[in-house]
Amino acid sequence: MPKVAVDGEIIAQHELAKDVWRMEVEAREIAREAEPGQFVQLQIPGGAFTLRRPVGIAEVSLQKGTVAFIYRVVGKGTKALAQLTAGTVINVLGPLGHGFSCEAKRPLLVGGGMGLSPLLFYAEHAEGKADVLMGGRCERELFWQDIYKPHVQEVFCTTDDGSCGTKGFTTTLLPELLQKGGYDLVIACGPEIMMQGIAKIAHEYNIPCQVSLEKRMGCGLGACLSCSIDTTSGERKKVCKDGPVFWAEEVFDLA
Amino acid sequence: MSRAINMADKRLHTNLAGIYMNTPVLTASGTFGFGEEFAEFVDLSRLGGVMVKGTTLKPRRGNEGVRITETPMGMLNCIGLENPGVDVFLQETLPRLANYNMNVIVNISGSTVEEYGILAEMLDVPGVAAIELNVSCPNVKEGGIVFGTDPKAAAAVVKEAKAYTKKPVILKLSPNVTDIVTMAKAVEDAGADIISLINTLMGMEINIHTQKPTLGNVTGGLSGPCVKPVALRMVYQVAKAVKVPLIGMGGISCAEDAIEFLLAGASAVAVGTANFNDPTVTMKICDGISDYLAQRHLESVQDIIGAAL
Repeated sequence: MPKVAVDGEIIAQHELAKDVWRMEVEAREIAREAEPGQFVQLQIPGGAFTLRRPVGIAEVSLQKGTVAFIYRVVGKGTKALAQLTAGTVINVLGPLGHGFSCEAKRPLLVGGGMGLSPLLFYAEHAEGKADVLMGGRCERELFWQDIYKPHVQEVFCTTDDGSCGTKGFTTTLLPELLQKGGYDLVIACGPEIMMQGIAKIAHEYNIPCQVSLEKRMGCGLGACLSCSIDTTSGERKKVCKDGPVFWAEEVFDLA
Repeated sequence: MSRAINMADKRLHTNLAGIYMNTPVLTASGTFGFGEEFAEFVDLSRLGGVMVKGTTLKPRRGNEGVRITETPMGMLNCIGLENPGVDVFLQETLPRLANYNMNVIVNISGSTVEEYGILAEMLDVPGVAAIELNVSCPNVKEGGIVFGTDPKAAAAVVKEAKAYTKKPVILKLSPNVTDIVTMAKAVEDAGADIISLINTLMGMEINIHTQKPTLGNVTGGLSGPCVKPVALRMVYQVAKAVKVPLIGMGGISCAEDAIEFLLAGASAVAVGTANFNDPTVTMKICDGISDYLAQRHLESVQDIIGAAL
């Protein structure tokens, strides 16, 4: 599928929760081609930054020709991104990488933290076929509930402190959900340790599982090899080009 | 992407040690894969050449842990020469690259002097325009930097490679030396056809939250706009001291940067880290050099090479 580097106007930019921002950019070609799970590389305007910043695509509007990203301010680069206002032009490179399998009839999305961002695109794309299980430290981190509700059948929550939903991790509630049956695909995005735990549980219940990995990247095109990973077959793969979505058994030892 | 090849681009035609180039703009090894990764953004035939990912005799898995981090106006990397090995390059990659009309310059790294000869001989095949000897990778333990910081060792590597190939041999100099001119003269005397400079500067970053070095290899190679003044100075000094053509590189991210290197005595330039920020940057640089020549009513890029010396 064609990749492009396009200048797009920021249509909207606002803070969803503390240090979590949503940016919507006009990029018609990318909106048309993007698949859930793919990402883009944003060039921070002004010339002060050497590397682009990879961000998952959170929403797409074919009608408006826009793509939206939900990102957390963690360093200087993302801070600079958050300071951009509507009307600013930003260069977007994408869509990059391979997305999630979209064949499932009844997928369960499992996300932690900012991992819920690319899963949102999947939820919208699945048009009500999916459920979501989201985990966070406390209720405040699960501001995602209202964002997801229009797009999924059910929202399940876990929090470390029990302030919302089941007390514990996503892996605490997952067996119960899978026991009920009905799901034909689990897709996970979040901290690697969480995805590994989810993949193992999905494997126990014999449900295929895909995970989306995160790794520091340079080019985003498979050239610089900054994001190489070991796979279970012993083959080296690139998160930016071969991923970021992998079948769980490709990257985690599930035995 | 870029404007179409036009008549003005004839100004950019050049020839380095027998390698015909449509433009004096190449891409630096390790920053552009094998070229094909950028084919959607760049007219590869318009590049002077693609200096492909560093190749070794045996496959290398590269370094563990974090391999890249951004620094002010630059970045550090410690990929560690991950590559599939020369056999896979010859059997799988090179035939694929024949589909593109571009000069393929293979960057090679050896653990011993003899390995450079073996690699040079294996790569003395159609489809390879030249061989670049990487004696200056700061991110591998064996070989690498040792050959790049000792004039005698660097000269020995050049002689070995020259003995086993008829292709032009390019020696890539490390900036991590006290006297770059001594290094350049040594490799010129040893028979290098072209000298490229500079490779990355050794640097590091410490994460103040973990209180540990950021990179898995502790140190890494610094590149990007922050190294440009150092690279330009070294090209200028070396151009005054040697007769062989130079490929200047180090922090070039726009046409103005490239023109500075040409004025400093480089016969061609290579663009590295800037490809990450803008995959189309090499085309913009070609256009910019062409415009610069046109504005001054100059007919050839040769007219500005070394003009500042």
